[in-house]
Amino acid sequence: MSAPITSKPVKHADAAINKSLSVEKKRALYRDLCRIRRFEQISLKYYNAGKMGGFLHLYIGQEAVAVGCVSLMGENDHIITAYRDHGHALAVGMDMNACMAELFGKRTGCSKGKGGSMHYFAPDKNYWGGHGIVAGQTPLGTGLAFGLKYKGLKGAAMAFLGDGAVNQGSFHESLNLAALFELPIVFIIENNGYSMGTSQKRSSAYPSCLAERAVGYGMAWKQLNGEDLYEVRAGVHDALERARNEHKPMLLEISTYRYQGHSVADANKFKYRTKEEVERYEREHDPVGIFKAHLLRDGTLDEAAATAIDQAAITEAEAAAQFATQSAFPEPAEIFDDVYWEVDQKTESGQTGRHFFND
Amino acid sequence: MRRLSYRQALREAFDEELARDPMVMLMGEEVAQYNGAYKVTEGLWTKWGDKRVMDTPISEAGFIGMGVGASMLGVRPVMELMFWSFYTVAWDQIINNAGMVRYMSGGLINCPIVIRGPANSGTNVGATHSHTPESVIAQFPGMKCVVPATAYDAKGLMKAAIRDNDPVMFMENTLLYGEEWDVPDNSELPGGELVIPLGVADIKREGSDLTLVCHGRAVLTCLKAAEILQNEHGISAEVVDLRSIRPLDEETIFNSVRKTHRLICVDENKPFGSIGSQIAAMVQQHCFDDLDAPVLRVNSLDAPAFYSPPIEKIQNPTPEVVVARALEIC
Ligand SMILES: Cc1ncc(C[n+]2csc(CCOP(=O)(O)OP(=O)(O)O)c2C)c(N)n1
Ligand SMILES: [Mg+2]
Repeated sequence: MSAPITSKPVKHADAAINKSLSVEKKRALYRDLCRIRRFEQISLKYYNAGKMGGFLHLYIGQEAVAVGCVSLMGENDHIITAYRDHGHALAVGMDMNACMAELFGKRTGCSKGKGGSMHYFAPDKNYWGGHGIVAGQTPLGTGLAFGLKYKGLKGAAMAFLGDGAVNQGSFHESLNLAALFELPIVFIIENNGYSMGTSQKRSSAYPSCLAERAVGYGMAWKQLNGEDLYEVRAGVHDALERARNEHKPMLLEISTYRYQGHSVADANKFKYRTKEEVERYEREHDPVGIFKAHLLRDGTLDEAAATAIDQAAITEAEAAAQFATQSAFPEPAEIFDDVYWEVDQKTESGQTGRHFFND
Repeated sequence: MRRLSYRQALREAFDEELARDPMVMLMGEEVAQYNGAYKVTEGLWTKWGDKRVMDTPISEAGFIGMGVGASMLGVRPVMELMFWSFYTVAWDQIINNAGMVRYMSGGLINCPIVIRGPANSGTNVGATHSHTPESVIAQFPGMKCVVPATAYDAKGLMKAAIRDNDPVMFMENTLLYGEEWDVPDNSELPGGELVIPLGVADIKREGSDLTLVCHGRAVLTCLKAAEILQNEHGISAEVVDLRSIRPLDEETIFNSVRKTHRLICVDENKPFGSIGSQIAAMVQQHCFDDLDAPVLRVNSLDAPAFYSPPIEKIQNPTPEVVVARALEIC
């Protein structure tokens, strides 16, 4: 692994939810971390080679948040996030080929080339996107929780957002609705310190932390350290249990860090923060390195096994890039598919009246 | 045949659909305990209870988005905007989420939601409360948009909208809520219920000299204008009520124009990019040789809604204006 290994101990290895992990499951968590990191590093390579359009918001540095949260999901738990969505996608088990092909704009992509990097979805895996409008996903997440409760299912939604997104009205409206209607949802602020080039201090007014805003809605809150996968799992597990069992929402703030620019096209990535700051985080707080060191210490992995997992991730991501390269672009006729359900299904409704207005 | 007001007809549609499908539920500001700001949902909370008929806080972005999210999971929320004018504060949820999620997911997710409420001017409530957003909404592929003019259409179209698996924006009218029309009882109907497919226009009056294409309250305006044209000028006007804006029944429009050779599009939108503009573009392309006169539009006068009652009255199309424009081309 390119990430340096820090000797920092993980703190919550003794929490019941972590203690109960089998060796196989712990290896799988490490595999997920490596797969996300390698997928993104390799997608960056192809982005720089001009294979993709638009934005590419990389999650590198934040992986333990998505992996930790998703590892706790049961059959009726659902997640939704913003545009920095590759990590959550791979963590829920989306196919790496389809994810890569989406970046390349190919018809084999997870959204058939219609969504791009910011709009991954896998409803069959309880993953509802992938949303490009900052905080716009938070009312939808509230709706997922509403839907669970309406249908009488025991489960919870997790809605992820950034530290910049906390200042959007739709997020505050979501907090109020979730508390008012007692919805089973955990809002998770992935606080990487910056919203594009604006630091937390320059964007938010707050007493001690962002999560404390929950107090205004009578909602419980907690801060977690996102460099430590076990801490994420322990804290989020409690929040999920509370949501599932008591229909009580909660607001979590998980500190984390992104190593890359806001998106690949971040012209100022060393203007709003220093190179030293980025390097210090990589050196001392890397979530992949910290978890690897723990697994080496507790005997789950030896160096050779760890390397094999990482190598397999590289191979898989390179193969995904080949798959994407070889896949076809969508046909122009596909522009009009997936607009209306009724039209696609050729129902009577879909064939009544004019739906499209091209001359 | 019974007489039913537009609001009673809508209420019947809700009641029947609530009974038919347990996933159907109503939500919005004041729809439950207050009985609806315009009494459209009166009595439904008492009958169906908290789960099926739910009050929300004044939080349009939040609760519309919540409804969209729930619909992705298979709930079928019928959401009231107290005024459609408030779409502006829920715009991102309506357009980007309800309207685009199916496309951006490559068809993996759909959103069977109805967003409804009154969308009209003419009630002296000033510009903020007087928007007619059907032309704005119809801009967006992925959206459906319905604007009934009568109680009969309101009931039948609402039932179809609730059953439709795409997002349907349903635009009512406070000036029509109290208007009474013939609406058959279910027992009088062959299929046992009234469901009007989206995308089918209705000829509200037959004529041979001129076509008036309209929707919403402008249908009543056109019917009055047609009456005057017939009685005072011997001109026979056909009134085509679109009912559904998107999908749009272009065949009925074209057939009427091919018969009458003259067209005026009448609606309460502002002129720039109005529904009439779209229809004019289609008709000049497809019925060029059939036209004996330029296509005209009669719209709401092109300024924000005026508060002062006598002035606002003339801001929207009136029968007199429609008649005057008709005489220019007949
Ligand atoms: C409504 C809206 N405004 C602005 C943007 C442009 N934009 C995209 S991401 C972003 C920063 C968001 O930062 P944060 O919420 O902290 O998330 P992060 O990127 O750090 O994951 C901005 C300004 C947008 N996509 N949507
Ligand atoms: Mg951030």
